[in-house]
Amino acid sequence: MRINHLGAFDFREAELEPELFFATAASRLNAGGRAAAYFAMPDRNAHRLVIIVAFDREGGLEAYSTPVSGPFRSLTPSCPQLHLFEREIWEQTGLKPEGHPWLKPVRFNTPGSVPGSADFFTVHGGQVHEVAVGPVHAGVIEPGHFRFQCHGEHVFHLEIMLGYQHRGVERRLAAGPDARSLHYAETLSGDTTIGHAWAYCAAVEALAGARVPERAQALRGVMLELERLACHTGDLGALAGDVAFLPTAAYCGRLRGEFLNMSALVCGSRFGRGMLVPGGTAFDLDYALIKELRLKLEAAYRDTENAVSLLWKTGSVVDRFSGTGVLTKEAAEGLGIVGPAARASGVGLDTRRNFPYGPYEDFTMAVSGSGDVYSRAYVRWLEIQKSTRLVAGWLDALPEGPTSVPCGPLKPDSAVVSLIEGWRGQICHAAVTGRDAKFRHYKVTDPSFHNWQALAMTLRGGEISDFPLCNKSFNLSYCGRDL
Amino acid sequence: MIRVLLARLKQGYRTMAFPAEGLKLPHRALGLPKVRPAGLERAAAACPYGAISSAGLDMGRCVFCGACAKAAPAAVEFTREYRLCASSREGLMVSGTQHRRAEALGKELRSLFGRSLRLRQVSAGGCGACEADCNVLGTPAWDMGRFGVQFVASPRHADGMLVTGPVTKNMELALRKTYAAMPSPKVVIACGACAVSGGPYAGHEECPGLPPDIPVDLYIPGCPPHPLTILDGLLRLIGRLE
Repeated sequence: MRINHLGAFDFREAELEPELFFATAASRLNAGGRAAAYFAMPDRNAHRLVIIVAFDREGGLEAYSTPVSGPFRSLTPSCPQLHLFEREIWEQTGLKPEGHPWLKPVRFNTPGSVPGSADFFTVHGGQVHEVAVGPVHAGVIEPGHFRFQCHGEHVFHLEIMLGYQHRGVERRLAAGPDARSLHYAETLSGDTTIGHAWAYCAAVEALAGARVPERAQALRGVMLELERLACHTGDLGALAGDVAFLPTAAYCGRLRGEFLNMSALVCGSRFGRGMLVPGGTAFDLDYALIKELRLKLEAAYRDTENAVSLLWKTGSVVDRFSGTGVLTKEAAEGLGIVGPAARASGVGLDTRRNFPYGPYEDFTMAVSGSGDVYSRAYVRWLEIQKSTRLVAGWLDALPEGPTSVPCGPLKPDSAVVSLIEGWRGQICHAAVTGRDAKFRHYKVTDPSFHNWQALAMTLRGGEISDFPLCNKSFNLSYCGRDL
Repeated sequence: MIRVLLARLKQGYRTMAFPAEGLKLPHRALGLPKVRPAGLERAAAACPYGAISSAGLDMGRCVFCGACAKAAPAAVEFTREYRLCASSREGLMVSGTQHRRAEALGKELRSLFGRSLRLRQVSAGGCGACEADCNVLGTPAWDMGRFGVQFVASPRHADGMLVTGPVTKNMELALRKTYAAMPSPKVVIACGACAVSGGPYAGHEECPGLPPDIPVDLYIPGCPPHPLTILDGLLRLIGRLE
């Protein structure tokens, strides 16, 4: 069934017979659709499968659901982008996707499961060996386990096993909405506080029929782009650090903080906590603050341009970035990769353009084609320029009016799909309400859920020493995937 | 080469003075609360995390969302004071305007760690924001290396462990192994509401929390704590601040 982005729809109308459901899902995905979400939800004494298919070029969305009570047909063999979704469904419900080529736990959260203890792909042969890294890593980063199959430096295959960050937040979100829901959304992935809070608020507003005032939309845009600026700038610095080019590493580390501090000026929190509320924003800007932010933005952008431009003009950096960790367009599309990582492989998907929301109008996205570390870094730089222009534009012409409207009770027996372009890519929240107008189910898909597989692909045929560089070029969220 | 040197000149010297006179959190940020008995029940009812009771406000459970101050402005008022850390869990309880600020380690440990503290960070189930604000302390703007404090890659090289996150079931073993791998004497720092009390995830059976047999020497509250709060706590712990 065709649905509108951020439009509440009658959930019962999305139902199909099981046979028709699987046939439709497969044919829609093979016709250029991308699975924005595929999940199982409790339904009386059984379960219900729900798939959200996005057609990026046309900006179209479709939703289908079917009751299921036993093993079901795996679509992964013909649609590899569903591989992790089906593993998740199996882990959460025990319903087996029959024919899944590599069925194993996603989060190790079932009774008796031990994190990391599952089969890994192995390569056999003389002098072929395994390298295991994690869950605790050398840096100040989140935990995860990486298993490389190598011959010397050469990597045949990398398998990534996560789940260490699983803290049960999606399940609690589904029990809402209540006083804790918004903070749960904000901490789904801490560095994407605004992205996930916006996706949550937009879902609630659509179900409540609240119209967010223009001023609040623009303020949300300012915060989302500041979040993107901080993360992209920090990552370009970290990429420079990984190739031992310390000037840019040092400058960008500081500049990332400048953008975070601008968020703190708006709402008190460097990560934007507490800024968004269902119905609008909790803080407003006055003339003096707008002026201060404008000056800080200009200064931070000038210094960022100075620091980042060194990268493209330094031979050793360009040489190390170029040709490293290539993700082909075919792989990116086949695996349903999103965000700057997809755009760096030539995939034309940016939620701000394909599924416009809030203050985004006529957005033009930044795309690059080579799919290597250089391309992923360069797309980030293009987005830094774009985000700066967007923030400056909104600050210069902030619409007048209130910053929030009351957000009433939710529509019963409805559902909504909320898509936001976070700095890592498309965030998808799907909410279904029950007869009591509370959530019946709430499904979060962080961009990292799609993209971890892309990181594994970039290591094939590469070298172990490419790993930090490839990893940083994606900088994926462990907690956003583990929930 | 010349481009790199010119950029160096343009970027300038950016390390902030710390501690500095009049240093405060940003204007709209919420720091050390002032707690008054009038209307405290209303504040307690507004707190989604059960951080407020008749005894006062427990900063260890607080995520500094400000819901209490909005519901009962007479009972709770947040200041812009960033010095929030405590040496004991009880020290995070604010009644009136008082809480027991962190104290330095004993003389012996201070002579070992006072000029050089190497920390192994273990991220155990949080949202990644605490880690980000620990990382920022290594950038030129904060440069915590000037105080002799540094994050290291191996627990074998560490004097202490800084824990973030509510310690999920899936991270408990890795956390224990890291702790066991550090040579004694060692210190443990719980950074952020999650590590201190479970924070927003308190009560989830997926998050059993820091095991009670791993003793904590420093509690850093906040969700996430501001880098100022973290740096203040670390320096207080090693006796570099009075």
